[in-house]
Amino acid sequence: MRPVYMISGGITKFAKALPQTDFRRMVKDAFDYALADLPSLSREEIDGSVCSYFSDHFTRQLMAGAMVQDYLGLNPKPSRRVEGGGATGGLCFQSAWEAVASGRMEVCLAMGFETMGRVNTWKGNEFIALASDTNFDYPVGGFYTGYYAMMVVRHMHEFGTTVEQMAKVSIKNHLNALYNPYAQRPGRLTIEQVRASQMVSEPLTLLDICQMSEGAAVAILASEEAAQRLGGNPVRVTGVGCGTDAMRMADRPQGKVILLPHESAEEYAGLRYPGVHSFRGGRMAAKLAYGMAGIRDPGEELDFVELHDAYTSSEIQTCEDLGLCRYGEGGRYVDSGAPFLPNLDYGLSFSGEKKWRPLPVNPSGGLLACGHPVGATGLMQAVFAFWQLQGTIGKHLNDATLQLPEPRRGLIHSHAGTGTYITVSILERV
Amino acid sequence: MDKDAKLAENEEGTVLFNTDPIIIKYHYEIDYLHSYAQDSPFFTGLTRRKLLGSRCTSCDRRFATPRGHCMECGAPTEWFELPHEGRVHTFTTCHFGGQAFLKETPFTLIMVEFEGVDTLFLSRLIGARPEEISVGMPVQARFLRNCKFKPTDVYFVPK
Ligand SMILES: [Zn+2]
Repeated sequence: MRPVYMISGGITKFAKALPQTDFRRMVKDAFDYALADLPSLSREEIDGSVCSYFSDHFTRQLMAGAMVQDYLGLNPKPSRRVEGGGATGGLCFQSAWEAVASGRMEVCLAMGFETMGRVNTWKGNEFIALASDTNFDYPVGGFYTGYYAMMVVRHMHEFGTTVEQMAKVSIKNHLNALYNPYAQRPGRLTIEQVRASQMVSEPLTLLDICQMSEGAAVAILASEEAAQRLGGNPVRVTGVGCGTDAMRMADRPQGKVILLPHESAEEYAGLRYPGVHSFRGGRMAAKLAYGMAGIRDPGEELDFVELHDAYTSSEIQTCEDLGLCRYGEGGRYVDSGAPFLPNLDYGLSFSGEKKWRPLPVNPSGGLLACGHPVGATGLMQAVFAFWQLQGTIGKHLNDATLQLPEPRRGLIHSHAGTGTYITVSILERV
Repeated sequence: MDKDAKLAENEEGTVLFNTDPIIIKYHYEIDYLHSYAQDSPFFTGLTRRKLLGSRCTSCDRRFATPRGHCMECGAPTEWFELPHEGRVHTFTTCHFGGQAFLKETPFTLIMVEFEGVDTLFLSRLIGARPEEISVGMPVQARFLRNCKFKPTDVYFVPK
């Protein structure tokens, strides 16, 4: 395998519905943005593409990826579609990485979209629930928020996690997004507001859950030679990992924790893992990505994380899977203030527990505030991480508030099902 | 050849929501011939008030939600009867849901754990208000008399 760089990226505004543009035009807009941002890169330089979108039901069009390829003027170059539920965008990013790392392509376009506003919200929830076992899970009341609610109820039972800790995640991500013009639902919230918003599936309220969205994102990856030739300010992809678990939450084992280098088996004595409270696939993805990137203690060696917070609860669960804190500490990790941006006032007082180094989680606003146009989401994270590492947040968001000072290394995390497919990728400043 | 050929017109119209851009109603539905295949005996079991799990013939791992082959070792499984009593492993009450289930809200989902069985079973719980439900609570299976050949032919009540 050879080194792979991200050389440009682009996204569209994410919104509940974008009826003025179809999926082809959305991707075209994001693609044109990425091309304009690296003027030396022309369409001719691109050797092929990977297209990500989750649901043919939402698109009402099979082979939509082929139509995007056509609309972007990339025929007859190679292309394919990848699909893996909520992790579709992250899988797409890694598929493009593989195309370049293997030497098959010098420059590969990862492009993704979703058009979820073409059906009503409850039909959309039905489509999403079809990504659960249709013999045993879906007919019982198929509803993803219900599945995640059951997971966090168990997390609360095992570890004492509270709804207030979850609400703090909501406050953090919605407030960060106030400085991100691409975000769908920015806002300044209080714990009381999060708890008082509509109860969807106990204990998750409307403000604990991301929304249906439309939008597109692209990430352009290149070999070292191509990245050098094209100039600009490339960022290196130093690690990729992917993990999986049973589609049915009911089938999850009650075994032993998969350890990261900075952990020991003794600290998890008695913990039945992953159960329904943790994502074994996320831990596996992290372990593989850290191994490739040479990371031994992620909490110390990462400068920011863009993770798949479809629910406030899953951000807490995922911080543990990624090893930012120990299993069971996710709620206290939030209380400590470590994942918050130090330059913003969230209207919260933190515990000040010094166990963890400050490490902003979802500085962009994450899925909770940016939205979750499924096939674009994992690529949106790549674009925000790319801009962070380039130091160009101010240029792209027209506001430098979210720009971290000199970040060296960021992590992006994309997540499907109830933890069924999960990807982790590490990006580093060159 | 008829150079004046004209398509016959009809009076059907299109439901239009918006003109710029044009947004129309597009209806789509389908009936599948869905086979439960190797899972079929589970659904037959429900019609006889039996809750069937599966047990690995090689490593003896026991699955509360059945599967034809073991997820640990890949060996075929055999059917065995689960007890009708279990405990709530986790739960939630859904106030919204997918469109197909909206009319049933609020409903309570539970994952049931059974003594000596390695995995869980997703079901509905009735007969308890949300604040009356807790992890570890004993529950009892009940079966529909008029089977629908769906996993909801079994449901649970507090024991
Ligand atoms: Zn076995």
